[in-house]
Order: sequence, then C-alpha cells, then structure tokens
Amino acid sequence: MIWMDFDQMLPVIFMALMGLAMLIYVISDGYDLGVGMLLMSATDAQKDVLIASIGPFWDANETWLVLGIGILLVAFPKAHGVVLGALYLPVALMLIGLTLRGVAFDFRVKAKAQRKAMWDRLFFAGSALTAASQGWMLGRYVSGFGEGWNYPLFAAAIAVALPMAYVLLGATWLIMKTDGELQEKAVRWARIAWAPMVAGMVLISLATPWISATVRERWFTLPALIALLAIPLVTAVALLAVRAILNTRLVRGPLSWLPFVLLIGVFILGFLGLAYSIYPFVVIDRLTIWQAASSAAALKVILIGVAVSVPAIAGYTIFSYWVFRGKARELKYA
Amino acid sequence: MDALLLARMQFAANISFHILFPTISIALGWMLLFFRSRWLATRDPAWLSAYRFWTKVFALTFALGVVSGITMSFQFGTNWPGFMERVGNIAGPLLAYEVLTAFFLEAGFLGIMLFGHGRVSERVHLLATFFVAFGTTLSAFWILALNSWMQTPAGHEVIGGEFHVRSWVEVIFNPSFPYRLMHVLLASALTVAFLLAGICAWQVLRGALNAATGKVLRVGLTLGAVLIPLQIFVGDLHGLNTLEHQPQKIAAMEGVWDTERGAPLLLFAWPDEAQRRNHFEVAIPRLASVILTHAADGEIQGLNQFRDQHPPVAPLFFAFRAMVGVGLLMLATSWLGCWLYRRCAWRPLSLPRWLLWGLAGMTFSGWVATIAGWYVTEIGRQPFIVYGLLRTADVASTQPASMIGFTLAMYVTLYLALIVSYVSVLAYMAQKAEGEAEGEAEADAEAAPGSAPRAGAGALAQGLAT
Repeated sequence: MIWMDFDQMLPVIFMALMGLAMLIYVISDGYDLGVGMLLMSATDAQKDVLIASIGPFWDANETWLVLGIGILLVAFPKAHGVVLGALYLPVALMLIGLTLRGVAFDFRVKAKAQRKAMWDRLFFAGSALTAASQGWMLGRYVSGFGEGWNYPLFAAAIAVALPMAYVLLGATWLIMKTDGELQEKAVRWARIAWAPMVAGMVLISLATPWISATVRERWFTLPALIALLAIPLVTAVALLAVRAILNTRLVRGPLSWLPFVLLIGVFILGFLGLAYSIYPFVVIDRLTIWQAASSAAALKVILIGVAVSVPAIAGYTIFSYWVFRGKARELKYA
Repeated sequence: MDALLLARMQFAANISFHILFPTISIALGWMLLFFRSRWLATRDPAWLSAYRFWTKVFALTFALGVVSGITMSFQFGTNWPGFMERVGNIAGPLLAYEVLTAFFLEAGFLGIMLFGHGRVSERVHLLATFFVAFGTTLSAFWILALNSWMQTPAGHEVIGGEFHVRSWVEVIFNPSFPYRLMHVLLASALTVAFLLAGICAWQVLRGALNAATGKVLRVGLTLGAVLIPLQIFVGDLHGLNTLEHQPQKIAAMEGVWDTERGAPLLLFAWPDEAQRRNHFEVAIPRLASVILTHAADGEIQGLNQFRDQHPPVAPLFFAFRAMVGVGLLMLATSWLGCWLYRRCAWRPLSLPRWLLWGLAGMTFSGWVATIAGWYVTEIGRQPFIVYGLLRTADVASTQPASMIGFTLAMYVTLYLALIVSYVSVLAYMAQKAEGEAEGEAEADAEAAPGSAPRAGAGALAQGLAT
C-alpha cells in the first residue's frame, strides 16, 4: 500500500466513521425496529414489556442515523446528492415511518385508553415501513443504482430480508431482556425470522460481485480469497450457532444473551464484507471517496470534534445500558 | 408549480413543524430542573407532581422534535443539494458539532432522566436532567450560529465558487448571532411560560386542578411577565442589527417602498408588489423612523433601492405584525394575570373565568409568535440562501416537481394529524392528572390496615404492605 499523507487519509477516516455510525445505527435501531415489528404478535400486557425493553434507548439509537447521514452530508457532499437523489422516494417513506413510530411510542401511553390500539398499530406500521424502506435503499445502493428488470427485483428481495434481519435481532434482544411466556414467544419468533435473514445475506453476498466487476476482482483473486474466506465462514458458523442455541433450553436460562451477541457479530462481519467490496468507492464504480470529499480544512475541524465527543458518547451510552441492565421492568416516569 | 417553490414549501413545512417542539423542549428542560430542585429543597409534593406531569409533556414533545429533526437532516441534502457543495466547508462542521455535542448528549441522558428514578441516585438523576436541558440549549447554539451566518455571513472567503473558512470565531459569532440566539432562547422561555399558564388555567376551568396547578400557574405567569419586556428590548436590538446588515428585510417588514426620512409606522396596510405601493394604510406618522433609527427624521431605505434583490413583501409585512401583535398580547395578559393572581392571594379558584379562558386560549401563543418570527427572518433572506452571496434557486433540488409535490402532500398530512394529536393529548393529560393522583391516594388509603382490599392497585399495595 502506498503511504498517503494526512490530507489524503482524511476521506478514509471519515468513510470509516460514517460506516461505524451506520453499523451502530443498523444494530441498535435494528433491534428496536424489530421489536416494533413484533408488537402486534404480543398480548396487550406483553406489549408494554416490549416497549419497556426499548424505551430508554430508541432515541439515542436513532441519533446514530443522524450522525451517519450527517457525515455523508458534510464529509461527502457530492455523494450525498447522488445517493439521496436516487433514493428520494424511499427516503421520504422511511422518514414517514420513523416519524410514526417515534411518536406512537409516546402517544400510546399518553392518549385516551381507547386510542392505545390505534397507536400500537401505527407503531408497528411505522417500524415495518422504516425497515422495508431501508432494505430497498440498501438493495439499490449495493447494486450501484443500476437500471434493468433485475435490479428492482433484487432491491425488493432485500426490502423483505432486512426487516426479517431486524425481527431476528429484535427477537434475540427480547430473549435477553424478558423471561417466562414472553421469552418463549421470542424464541419462536427468532426461529421463524432466521431463514429469511440468512437468505437475504446470501443474496447480497452473491449479487454484489455479480453486478460489479470491481467487486468480483477484489474477492475472487488468489491469495486474497483464502484470507477473505474467513469472513463468510465465521459468519456462517455464528448464524448456525444462533439457530442451534435457539433449540436448546440454555437460551431461556444462562445463555439468553448469546444469540443477540452472536447476531451483532454477524452484522459486523457482514458490514466488513460490504465495506471491503465497496472501498474506495462511496458510490460503486462512480464516485470514490476522494472525489466526493469536502476540503481537508473542514474535515480536520470536524475530526477534532469527533475525537473529543465520540469517547464521551461511548461512555454515557454504556452508562445508560448499564443503568437499564437486566430484564425489562415496567417504565415509570421519575 | 415549479420545483423550486415546491422544494421551498416542503422545507418550510418541515422546519415549521420541527421548530414547534424544540421551542418547547429547550425551556421546558430547564423548567423540569427547577421543579425537581424545588422538590428536593422543600419536599413539597406539589413540586414533585409538577415535575411528573411536565416530564410526560417533555417526553412527548422531545419525541416529536427528534423525529422531525431526523427528517430535516435528510432534507438539507435532498432539497438543497447545491448548498452543501458550495457552503459545506462552513455548514458541515457546524451541523456536525450540533450532532456530536448536543444531539447525543440529550438523547443519551433522556432515558435516565425519564425512567431512571430508583435506578440511579438522586444526584445522578438531577445531573441527567441537567445534561438534557444543556444539550437542547447547545443544539440551539450551533444551529443558530449556522442560520445567523446565512443571514449575515462573515469570516469566510470564496475560492472558485466554494466557500472556505477564514476565521471560525468570525463565522460563529457573526454580526446577527448574539441577537438571534437571545431572541430565540427568550421565545422558547415565553412559549413555555404561556404553555404552563395555559394548561393550568385549563385544569382550573375543567375542575381538574391538583396541588401543583396553583404553583405552576404562578411560575408561568411570573416567567411571562418578567421575560416579555426583556424580549421586546432584545427584539428591538435585533431589528436595529437587521437594519444595519439586511435593510431590504426591514423595508419589507415595514412596507416602505421608497427611501424616506421620518417614515410612518404602518399599523395596517395591503402591500401590492405589482403596483409597488400599499393600499388601505393606517399609520402613525414618523414612528417607524423613531423605532428603527431612534430619530424622528431618520432615513429608512425603501424596497425600490433593491429591485430583484428583496424578499416578497406581503408575507413579511403580515408575519411581522402577527409576531408583534402576539408579543403585545403576551405583555398585557401576563402583567394583568400576575396582578390579579396576586390580588386573590395566589388562589387559582378565585381567578375570574374570563382570565382563565384568556390564558387557556393563549396556551400555544408562543408557537404563533415563533413561527411568525421565523417566517420574517427566513423569507426575509430570500431570494438568497446565503444573504447577498448565494441564491436559493442556484442550489435547489433537481428532483421532478411531481415527486416533490407528492412527498410534500404526505408530509403535510402527517404533520397536521400529529399537531392535532399533540394538542388534544396535552388537553387530555391535563384533565386526567387529577384522576391519577386520586387513584394513587386511594391506593395508599387502601393499603392502610383494616380497610377492605379491592381489586388492582389497592390489593397489590395491600400485598406489599403485609
């Protein structure tokens, strides 16, 4: 690798930061979107527990999306125009979904009791709409916004698979955060969502090299292939382990945290694979991160802010999860 | 309609909806800190009950602010793609600092503030409340720095059409920033003052008052009475600053077409941009010059000096009058209210019904003034997005008009439904508060030995007590 000077490194650093923000977003909002999509499958009493398990966190989870999109906007303004221009409608649908679920979460306990069922349905619908729009966007993005009959079909498949991945993540979150009957239900939900999620991952892994020659060359050349094989292999082992644990009794006991943690690992590996495919492009085969980046002066100013604030954010996020550790209890305003 | 106008309407719809909620949550966060501190200092349960009720209002308000804020973070790029490409070096870091220092702080501690009671110590909880309040205010600081820079740009240089920073201190503390920040923070405090007073008045009217009602009403009225004169003073300073840096905005606000000395203050008029004159003028001679230049024959530049470079006149003219009108109404109501409330020894039930209805009617008056004020300053910047340097039309979206129109219709429908839900749920919560408190008291009574247990909370309490 050729040594780059610091100014040239800056877009790489920001691409990594944006990826990190998006990864944290997908995992953290992923589990609470998943819980949202499971809401209608629970009894009325269980619904309150479902909501209580994500109540203290959802707001901070969504802030990672603002950061990710914010970095795209401020660090790669030219890519922001291309990406969000191409995804104009699904972005609007996602925003409607996010708005609905964010407010329904609060309205459902504050409005008249007879309205609660309506807000519950809106919470579910908003979560599903958000997840499906994100799936569609992911499908369009990784296929380079290509034209032709097969591209929308691919995006539609991901628009089904990503919500399933979120449902699986949400179900494993619930396995960890609940007990008793609800926990058993969550185990059943997780078993149902497992296969579609795996199918989606396989589909993305096959489709990206098929669509882009650049990606194909990066993966299928020796000896790189041998080293890279670790990513899909470990992912497969983790996914199979999740499925296996779901069948044992341990999942309702001491190992209730394990499926969720394994799945986080799967998301991280999937993300690394995708990042390796796409780098150094920010829009596949069209725009590299250097072509799209802001001036080095602006990026340096932002980097100072990142260096100071991200450790603090990590600190108080961990603190918040620690305060609300253990099985979900009823939420009461102080 | 053309795509530019639709893009502007869509952005305006979103930002108008969004601003309603931060306007409440900025000052309400500090108000909660105040309620909680009073409870800890006095152990008067009325303050705790005030804290509990207004925390729920805060949670709801905050959620609406967050979701509409997420939409905004996307619309910066989807509606004004050229803006970031040209001004990204300045706007980017300011927005990034808002997300990094303010959004995460408030979102990170919100969970502990809302639900952390009993899981963390009282001190940590109070600290979490402080961080949330501080975060909301810090967010106002960054976004207003950017907004003010777009109004009165400074500290930059333009190289090949792209803006670069020469001095961050000059960019952030640009000429209009201190005035705008003060004006907006005071607007937030006044909005909350009238929200508190209005909801309490509503509780008295509906016979749903609780221990906190009288106290919170007093806080709201006092806060309003103290801050509104200050706001009028700051608003005047802000106006003088605008006259110095953006004379055409003032000319449109005052409906002045030709440059004149000793300009009259128009109480009402119908500005006609086609004929470039006003109809139906009702005016006080020389007063505009006195207010704006503090001299009876002071000169005010007219719109005709800025052909093609001035904002649309009628929206500014009317929005400005709406803002000032609501401000004067706030002055009258809060002073009268304070005086009457003191005369009946701070007993809310002794207040005259007409005053209570007046206060209830003004519950959301802060919203009206805030939105009107924002329209004055934002429409007043047109046709520029960065005043004098970059035209809005040059950075607009290239999306087809039909697409923007379709999504605009979706957003507006959703926003209207949510505003209706918000207001009606607030009214419902205000009336319900008493019932809840009664329920808790009953539960306590039933837990006492000897009383027959009923179902639900009472039985549970009994079980816990034995």
